[in-house]
Amino acid sequence: MLAYLLRRLAESFIVLLVMSAVIYGLIGLMPGDPIDIMISGDPNLTTEDAQRLKALYGLDRPLYERYLIWLGNALQGDFGFSRIFGQPVLDVLVPRLGNTLLLMGLAFFLAFTLALPAGVLAARKPGGLLDGAVNLVAFAGISLPPFWLAILLIILFSVTLGWLPAGGMGDGSFGSSAQHLILPALTLTLASVGGHLRYLRAAMIEALRQDYIRTARAKGLDEVGVVTRHALRNAMIPVVTILALDFGTLFGGALITETMFGWLGMGKTIYDAVMGKDYNLALVGLLLATVTVLLANLLADLAYAWLDPRVSYR
Amino acid sequence: MTRETTGQLAADATGAVAPAHSPGRILLQRFLRHRLAVVSLFVLLVLAVAALAAPWIEAALGVDAEGVNLFNRMQPPSAEHPLGTDELGRDLLVRLLYGGRVSLAVGLAAALCAAVIGTTLGLIAGTLGGRFDSILMRLADSVIALPLLPLLIVLAAVDLNKLGLPADWLQGESVSIYRIVFLIALVGWTTTARLVRGATLSLREREYVRAATALGAGKGRLMWRHILPNAISPVIVATTLSVGNVILLESVLSFLGLGIQPPTPSWGNMLTGAQETIWSQPMLAVWPGLLIFITVIAINFLGDGLQDALDPRSVNQRG
Repeated sequence: MLAYLLRRLAESFIVLLVMSAVIYGLIGLMPGDPIDIMISGDPNLTTEDAQRLKALYGLDRPLYERYLIWLGNALQGDFGFSRIFGQPVLDVLVPRLGNTLLLMGLAFFLAFTLALPAGVLAARKPGGLLDGAVNLVAFAGISLPPFWLAILLIILFSVTLGWLPAGGMGDGSFGSSAQHLILPALTLTLASVGGHLRYLRAAMIEALRQDYIRTARAKGLDEVGVVTRHALRNAMIPVVTILALDFGTLFGGALITETMFGWLGMGKTIYDAVMGKDYNLALVGLLLATVTVLLANLLADLAYAWLDPRVSYR
Repeated sequence: MTRETTGQLAADATGAVAPAHSPGRILLQRFLRHRLAVVSLFVLLVLAVAALAAPWIEAALGVDAEGVNLFNRMQPPSAEHPLGTDELGRDLLVRLLYGGRVSLAVGLAAALCAAVIGTTLGLIAGTLGGRFDSILMRLADSVIALPLLPLLIVLAAVDLNKLGLPADWLQGESVSIYRIVFLIALVGWTTTARLVRGATLSLREREYVRAATALGAGKGRLMWRHILPNAISPVIVATTLSVGNVILLESVLSFLGLGIQPPTPSWGNMLTGAQETIWSQPMLAVWPGLLIFITVIAINFLGDGLQDALDPRSVNQRG
């Protein structure tokens, strides 16, 4: 078990290392380095000044050398500065990671709570009327472009009804924050509920077909017991795995939602960093997002062993 | 009495030959039973034909898709402009059709590229095994685990001018189309590769493959002639479904300004401007999204129908 955990962590570390190198290399290719941007913003800067600044920031060295210096600092916990925020990148990113996890956690919880009873009931009679309706909702859910859903919700709740703010974070008080969280959370919930419904339904149909279900019914167990204690518990195993693997998709959904509603999360920060040519922030943000997703996958694998005692880790 | 024997008897009685139950026919019958899939196929064909006919529809209406007319901004629907005009006075319907060309073409091209790359790599990995297989599958697992959208956003911002590509090519209007197809194929091959590799691993142990080996078939022939045709059904389903996902991804990236670049319209980038006109002209924000939604849901139903037809054990079967 411990050996398995260590191997998985080592693998994740290699993934991050490779990714940081590739992205760092590509960033070297991105439009305009920080000094070029500074020059275009300040006409008084001479070419000599620019050269001196480039030397100061180490931008005159070859790309791989710059990467190794960056990596050395990063391994010691120094991830560098964000140009647009004028702060160390971690000081920008960590509070925003909190905002993202709040949004994602809430949406995940709501989507799962909505999908669980619907998926289970639909799976009891595949092909039935309720199943058809649930299936339709699920397909609609996975086919909706999330940013368009956000636009529609803004049109409905902010423009037409005027009930909720169209974006922003509020003034920091709990009531205001909660009010600003409703529309983003609703968007992300509706964007994820289709996937949850499909996975739950499929896993339940599969579980209800098994021989042990027939045995449970034959020994006279009531239907509620059969569905919840026998079928659902076994159906949860694949569902947990798939939903955790979908964590990256949820993160993508959060990025869109945050950008649409001005919710200051990780996804919006990565997007703003790319648009504002703040590539160090974009790189570290992407790495932090990847760490989050890889950790979620690892937790899911551990939960898998807990749910299914037959699984053992090598 | 089974259907075959009834057919046989009927044939004997009338002297006519009963229609053969070929595999293709059985597939078609199973597909036709999925009514939503049939309707979806029809909807997709209509959309595709309308998108392809965009220049003729443009001519018939007597409007110009690129013609900016600031005195004619955000007009309500009229005989000349069936869906009205956008924030620059361009005809919305015609722009939607041209946008559909781009969105559908990107969806198909990227999904096909990813499928071809994934199938090839999966076949090779499954047949050869060994180190190539383990490295490739580790790579696939890693790519699948990455947060796709943030990664694509960062990749989409890479300056192509610094990659050493010919400058006159980069000036062309379709560069942003090629770039997005390339990016999506770059991350999209993994699902197919895993599917094909899994199928190959089980197929290569079958008797008929061993027989082919005994008859002297080389590895290449084994892969392409014997294993691939029997591993292709899940790939067809997965590729169909991925067309929908690619259209969604393209629309998000274009909406965020990192995909298809205006003035080339795509359903995604048509919504970028629409966000600012929500208050004055909400319908501008409704149409492009509605078309994305209809297209993607139709593709998903189509994939579902194909799955039912190709895999009789799929969950959706009754009973």
